[in-house]
Amino acid sequence: MLALLLVVLTVAHDSGPLPAFGKVTLASPRSDGLAAWKKVYAVMVSPRCLNCHTATTYPQQGDDRHRHVANVIRGPEDKGVVALNCSTCHQSTNADSTGVPGAHNWHLAPLSMRWQSVNDRPLSSAEVCHSVLRLLDGPHLLKHHEEEPLVLWAFNPGRRPDGTMRTLPPLTHAEFVEATRQWVKAGTPCP
Amino acid sequence: MGQGRHAMSMTTVHILVNGERKTVTVDPSTPLLWVLREDLKLTGTKYGCGIGACGACTVHLDGVGTRSCLVPVSLVGDRKIVTIEGMARDPIGRVVQNAWVDNDVVQCGYCQSGQIMSVVALLKSNRKPTDANIEESMGGNLCRCGTYVRIREAIKSAAEKLA
Repeated sequence: MLALLLVVLTVAHDSGPLPAFGKVTLASPRSDGLAAWKKVYAVMVSPRCLNCHTATTYPQQGDDRHRHVANVIRGPEDKGVVALNCSTCHQSTNADSTGVPGAHNWHLAPLSMRWQSVNDRPLSSAEVCHSVLRLLDGPHLLKHHEEEPLVLWAFNPGRRPDGTMRTLPPLTHAEFVEATRQWVKAGTPCP
Repeated sequence: MGQGRHAMSMTTVHILVNGERKTVTVDPSTPLLWVLREDLKLTGTKYGCGIGACGACTVHLDGVGTRSCLVPVSLVGDRKIVTIEGMARDPIGRVVQNAWVDNDVVQCGYCQSGQIMSVVALLKSNRKPTDANIEESMGGNLCRCGTYVRIREAIKSAAEKLA
């Protein structure tokens, strides 16, 4: 199978005098793709994403991913229940004066898009990768990461009720999209 | 006075409350609750916890039960606001209020306007709520007097009348 791998040899020249043998790096689409996926996964299991990609019957909150306050539950359409919907508190944009996060169509990800185990642990990189690909192909996932308002919210999560800023995922949105693009370009390899 | 993040800048805001257009000049970050209570003197909507955990401040925005203590007035937009003061003109609201009286639900009464607003939202969506539906939908409305049993009886009584 090794012969099937497209091996790219890159000779990088420094601006200074050429070293005796140059600088040679080896790469393949699969290894590039796996490296990109590692970045994508790091974002997907950050609290800003994982708190609503739960395996639980309720959303979670905070960097410690505790159960959402006020008995909020998932509900039949992942938007809470009548009289206690997500929109009972979450509006179309962050409400920094009250500390309530918001974005268009605030809701939990469906259970088919859970990135955590029933034991409240993030699924492994391989499990999330295969789950993603069962739901969306590469181009659709790229579009989701580029445009979905709730994905965009994760990179602009607003202030907590105490006025401090919510923590951000480990990449910027641009870096996240670029990593997704590289993963898709490499054929969406999974670990 | 410093220029902190809550530095006040007054803005004129137009809102529709209980069918009437209202204009207020407020800091746009002011929670709707305080505009209702302080500017419009609609004091039936109560301040409980201020963090959306008790439900005392519940109003309807386009029919959706909403915690008014958490929504800056600038985010209300064109949505229709209905408060407890508007419930007497609402067909379902009237039935629910009558059920509250018939079942002698109230003790201190502080939370009850929020309770009624949530019940009306529930019954507008579900005319035959089960005990589980009631527990789920009313789970965010707290009553420190412990009137939950009577609240449940009143909801079922109202549902029967609406059937």
